[in-house]
Amino acid sequence: MTDATPTMDQSSDLPPPASTVGVVGWMLQNLFSTWYNTVLTVLGVWIVWVVVPPFVTWAFLEANWTGTTREACTGEGACWVFIKEWIGQFIYGRYPIEERWRINFGAVILVLSVATLVIPRFPYKLWTSVFLLLGYPIIAFFLFSGDAFGLEWVETSAWGGLFLTLVIAVIGCVLALPIGVVLALGRRSDMPVVRAICVAFIELWRGVPLITVLFMASVMFPLFVPEGLTIDKLLRALIGVMLFQAAYLAEVIRGGLQAIPRGQYEGAQALGLNYSKMMVLIILPQALKLVIPGIVNSFIALLKDTTLVLIIGLFDFLGMIQSAGTNPDWLGFAVEGYVFAAFVFWMMCFSISRYSQHLERKLHTGH
Amino acid sequence: MAVSSDVGGAPARASIWNDPRVRAVVFQVLVLGGIVLFGVYIVNNTLVNMESRGISSGFDFMGRTAGFDIGMTLIPYDEASSYGRAFFVSLLNTLLVAAIGIVVTTILGFVIGIARLSSNWLVSKLAEVYIEIIRNIPLLLQIFFWYFAVLRTLPSPRQSIELAGSFFLNLRGLFVPKPVLEPGFSAIPIALLIGMVAVVFIARWAKRRREATGQPFHTVVVSIGILIGLPLLAGLVTGFTMSWDYPVLKGFNFRGGMTLIPELVALVIALSIYTAAFIAEVVRSGIQAVSHGQTEAAGSLGLRPGPTLRLVIIPQALRVIIPPLTNQYLNLTKNSSLAAAIAYPDLVLVFAGTALMQTGQAVEIIAITMAVYLTISLVISAVMNWYNNKMALVER
Repeated sequence: MTDATPTMDQSSDLPPPASTVGVVGWMLQNLFSTWYNTVLTVLGVWIVWVVVPPFVTWAFLEANWTGTTREACTGEGACWVFIKEWIGQFIYGRYPIEERWRINFGAVILVLSVATLVIPRFPYKLWTSVFLLLGYPIIAFFLFSGDAFGLEWVETSAWGGLFLTLVIAVIGCVLALPIGVVLALGRRSDMPVVRAICVAFIELWRGVPLITVLFMASVMFPLFVPEGLTIDKLLRALIGVMLFQAAYLAEVIRGGLQAIPRGQYEGAQALGLNYSKMMVLIILPQALKLVIPGIVNSFIALLKDTTLVLIIGLFDFLGMIQSAGTNPDWLGFAVEGYVFAAFVFWMMCFSISRYSQHLERKLHTGH
Repeated sequence: MAVSSDVGGAPARASIWNDPRVRAVVFQVLVLGGIVLFGVYIVNNTLVNMESRGISSGFDFMGRTAGFDIGMTLIPYDEASSYGRAFFVSLLNTLLVAAIGIVVTTILGFVIGIARLSSNWLVSKLAEVYIEIIRNIPLLLQIFFWYFAVLRTLPSPRQSIELAGSFFLNLRGLFVPKPVLEPGFSAIPIALLIGMVAVVFIARWAKRRREATGQPFHTVVVSIGILIGLPLLAGLVTGFTMSWDYPVLKGFNFRGGMTLIPELVALVIALSIYTAAFIAEVVRSGIQAVSHGQTEAAGSLGLRPGPTLRLVIIPQALRVIIPPLTNQYLNLTKNSSLAAAIAYPDLVLVFAGTALMQTGQAVEIIAITMAVYLTISLVISAVMNWYNNKMALVER
């Protein structure tokens, strides 16, 4: 240590050592900081090397994109011709080709009205929600099944593909929401009988797998209705999904109800509001707003679980892909089908979950 | 009220209809009545329907001969066995998948969850990509992928993929060596048992001594030493009287060893990979929930990184991790019912599928199946609640 007295007119600072800045510095800090980090990095690079290049080669570089028959697939890579030829069936199932515009039209209405809800600057959100929850199901019902307004009747056994997946997931979730609210209120009620019934209902459906619920719906519901009456297979699955989803939503909503401070209840009571007014005007609007991300997450879970309906013989998106893979003309393309299905599901679930995370941050006001 | 009683003598009462207690009773009676009426209606319909379709009722069928075979059985079973036996065989198959799956997914999930928090950028990104891809793809699709696209396209037994010379993977499943126990082998498990008891006592003694004198004791090192050393010693003394029955290719298939059928392998792989993505997130959030101040406080008390992790971070993180982890175990157990889609003989496929088709007794069979899953759920959550209470923060 020499006596270097600091003066004001010193020469400018030396640049930091090369090993701490730039790409090299970043790599030294984040990838090779210790010997075991170096080992882990090498391992990670090896995993990427084993997985990514073969997949890219298979899916893109050596893939077959053109043609109409399986003979067109000559290369080593994926045969996307299979997806191209079957895409109509994957989306619409066995819905008559000349009637497919009805599904497209219904989808356009749905997308437009959801878009007005999602885009923050658009007004009339309340009315759009009311339309989506009450008006749209009626329109969609007549549009898809027909037999009214000059539309041809399409049996639900012809419904399939991605269309059926979305029908089950969306209708199941929309119908389950009011039941879920009632169950959540019942579970927090002071009345012992009501509370016991709600707890039993919720725990029963949450304790069993969806597949047993669907089995129950498909074999037991026909026994429950009066003799001579038959319930449509799709309707049975929908009721099963709805009951199952209602139990899960009830728990999500209960979380929201518990998060509302006591003062809100007491304030509402001090204003002389009765129970229903207190709930509808004060508590539920706040509680439901709090649990929107939870509801969206539970919708994602339902969307993924919808694939289970293929086990009771409905041809949803995965069911159509599975049956196309067993078509004698197109044997041996199961992997392409699964990769495509995985991609579509991943796109839907990932984008919805990102949106829900965005909502969570947006709705997180204060604390 | 006070005013009116002063003036008129008798207190003025609100009408009965406005009394909240009366209202509550009336409302509950109405709800209960409605549900009972609905139940009676459904039961009545069911009875009429069952009579007209010639379906018998009651649980007598459990004793009748099942007459179908099951692909994989852990306890002896043949076509002459009863439906009751078929029920237990399939229940054991379900429990087997759940048990293996829980062990594998816990290891995988913890590794990936910790990798997600690694200071190594590449490792943490890889873990994130894994989590985001796997949990956004339906489980059934993943099961199909592993079963139809991977395991069904494996080579025939003659061209088996050989692992370490004694494991064989082919179209018929995974063939692994089977341990064959010979007399005298029991010394090793007995030594292990003695070791476990000794470890419990040593741990208690070490904790008491630490609390009394502050002197630490290397419990973990000593325990591992005892747990490995004692059985090893017993083995050396008795001469390791255990041999392995290796699978050998004879004709068109393997003989000897143990066979894990492809359905079981596919199911365990898919369930573990899928659930691990969720467990990884649980682990990550649990560790992140322990604030950094805890690490710094431990450091300023003079604890080194190892004891900091073991004594400060992990006990607090576990408290956050356990409840959602239980949920994931429950989900895995319930999701094992997807076995039906790839014909693994589990409870849903054998009992709610084949047995239901043969007997036609939908109500009884579905009720039993649901009751089983409900019981499993309740038992797992009860055990985990007990553990959680033990771990819970003791407020002073």
